[in-house]
Amino acid sequence: MSTNPEIEELINKRLDELLPQKLDALLQEREESKTPSMAIIATKGTLDWAYPPFILASTAAALGWDVTVFFTFYGLQLVKKDVSDLKVSPLGNPGMPMKMPFGPDWFKSINWNIPNIVQAGIPGFESVATSLMQQTIKNNGVAGIAELRELSQEAGVKFVVCQMTVELFGFSHDDFVEGMDYVGAASFLPVAQKADVTLFI
Amino acid sequence: MNFDRELDARGLNCPLPILRAKKALGEMTSGQTLRIIATDPGSVKDFAAFAKQTGNELLSSAENNKEFEFYIKRK
Repeated sequence: MSTNPEIEELINKRLDELLPQKLDALLQEREESKTPSMAIIATKGTLDWAYPPFILASTAAALGWDVTVFFTFYGLQLVKKDVSDLKVSPLGNPGMPMKMPFGPDWFKSINWNIPNIVQAGIPGFESVATSLMQQTIKNNGVAGIAELRELSQEAGVKFVVCQMTVELFGFSHDDFVEGMDYVGAASFLPVAQKADVTLFI
Repeated sequence: MNFDRELDARGLNCPLPILRAKKALGEMTSGQTLRIIATDPGSVKDFAAFAKQTGNELLSSAENNKEFEFYIKRK
């Protein structure tokens, strides 16, 4: 049986018109029905760097996303039972404003430009900077780390911890909050592969 | 506008107003309305994005006296 070339041409022409429309509709449908997902690697263990992973994880969960956070190296500090001892250091951090969280407005607006060499030489400078930061956080109605972490877990954010760094730094699982999975890179990568958003913090 | 529940998010900063709103909506039933009062200027765009992404309807968004008022209907 031979095909009529005219009919074949007509069919091809029609298919060329219809296929892209159909494909677009199907892709859009798939996009809309898909639950977005995010995979974060949290590697920093200071008070300032504790915020980005927990803010993004809790907010994404509130938006209905599937979220996994992989804590590794200094990021382990963020899942310790007690996070009230997280510190922030202005030393070597020229981007950090040094402003006082108390007193009249003109006083609060002064940026204390303290040279690194002085910061490094004064014992307890880091503790002072940390308590000033904690006061600033409180004054501005910004959530504490423990609260954001709890809200993240409540909202279904999955926390996974790098077992290798737990051993490397001599921690035990008892040091960390409940609900952790202890895994390696091979477990995290397939999660990150499927995620729409992957962040290294 | 009528509402079934109210959330006072005054003095709270990003992302707390969104997280509290999500929690409140989770405890409400479909079709109910949540009224939110916030002082965070970022919350205007954030609640619009939240509503768009979660499918809960933002019925109104208004500013009066440096306070922001939102009405969100649970989907």
